[in-house]
Amino acid sequence: MPGSLINDLGNPVEPFLRSDRMPHIWCPGCGIGTTVNSFARALIESKIDLQSLALVSGIGCTGRVAGYVKLDSFHTTHGRAIPFATGLKLANPKLNVVVYSGDGDLSAIGGNHLIHAARRNIDLKVICVNNLIYAMTGGQTAPTTPDHSITSTNPYGVFEPSFNLPHLVEAAGAVYVARWTTFHVRQLSRSISEAFQKKGFSFIEVISPCPTLYQRRNKLGDGLDAMKYYKEKSKVRHGAPTNEVGLTMTGEIVVGKFVDRDRPDYQTMMRTQYTESLGERFVEQPEMVCDCS
Amino acid sequence: MAKGRVSIVVERCKACGFCVEFCPTKVLALSSAFNSKGYHPPHVVHPEKCSGCDLCGMYCPDFAIYATKVLAGGGDR
Ligand SMILES: Cc1ncc(C[n+]2csc(CCOP(=O)(O)OP(=O)(O)O)c2C)c(N)n1
Ligand code: SF4
Ligand code: SF4
Ligand code: SF4
Ligand SMILES: [Mg+2]
Repeated sequence: MPGSLINDLGNPVEPFLRSDRMPHIWCPGCGIGTTVNSFARALIESKIDLQSLALVSGIGCTGRVAGYVKLDSFHTTHGRAIPFATGLKLANPKLNVVVYSGDGDLSAIGGNHLIHAARRNIDLKVICVNNLIYAMTGGQTAPTTPDHSITSTNPYGVFEPSFNLPHLVEAAGAVYVARWTTFHVRQLSRSISEAFQKKGFSFIEVISPCPTLYQRRNKLGDGLDAMKYYKEKSKVRHGAPTNEVGLTMTGEIVVGKFVDRDRPDYQTMMRTQYTESLGERFVEQPEMVCDCS
Repeated sequence: MAKGRVSIVVERCKACGFCVEFCPTKVLALSSAFNSKGYHPPHVVHPEKCSGCDLCGMYCPDFAIYATKVLAGGGDR
């Protein structure tokens, strides 16, 4: 085209992917890949040094993210992404540690780790892809599955109350709490960038389609139908009281940044305490250097 | 002249339709062609309307589409 030039730098997400593993295994219309786009944009925007970044996942469809990103990543056992990430952070405080996992992994089998990491204010950035179900294992009821949903373990409808994750982690002590859906690609990316600026336990919930194992049983259509529902029924309410943001099967989805506050993180509290009680006898741990290049 | 150009990696596409639905200027449509997995990837129906905003790229769960800005007047950036 004379007089013009295409500045073709390729897909911005590509440098963050293990391209040889594409196409990925996620179903058509699954939202997990869309969240990865927002994550990649946030890494670019916040100019994070990739050498100082580690990404940790648990098990599940979402847990696969650890295997698809070209970053230092680890796919831990089910529910144990947060303890693994905590260990990384304690051993090497300079790392930016991201936990990228599913609602079941983080709030069911890993639920204790979630609340205690928030309580201790461990400096982790948790991205929770909430598809309202245990997807990978066949669509069993998760602690997040909304009332009346049909699942493989509740074929007559879920009757147990579900977790409202933003409320749970706020009560436990998180310093940054936001929720978006996969429709809100730019807002999600901005929230992830903001979380990188925070010191302490940050939690970003992303409501995401699972057409195969959640929506089909509930006659909620395909991935695109879920996206249209998010577009139509989401309401941005920054600072909304988190006890008001619980989810239902087809109702309004309150999105936005709910919590942004500061309190000392675990390592700061530890240093303060040791300095206070040990005085000069307290010696900082020497910095960990990995010489495995 | 169009301000952007879309590139489509046809073989990665799973035809979810996100890019088609959420392109603000309706540049794209799913084509009737098949890729080797049997999906109908999108194609560009209104190239002149593309702003290069790359929303299609941000929505695509399969990393199969992205857009780049066209720099008017040349230059090597
Ligand atoms: C100790 C243990 N228990 C159970 C499982 C089976 N399992 C694998 S993934 C999963 C649920 C994952 O749900 P979620 O974290 O929401 O991920 P999704 O697949 O929905 O993204 C379960 C129960 C396991 N792998 N290990
Ligand atoms: S089962 Fe659901 S969550 Fe898993 S890849 Fe398929 S759509 Fe995505
Ligand atoms: S770059 Fe923007 S305008 Fe162009 S096709 Fe993609 S979404 Fe549409
Ligand atoms: S968003 Fe991606 S996978 Fe979906 S139809 Fe468009 S190019 Fe294909
Ligand atoms: Mg899940």
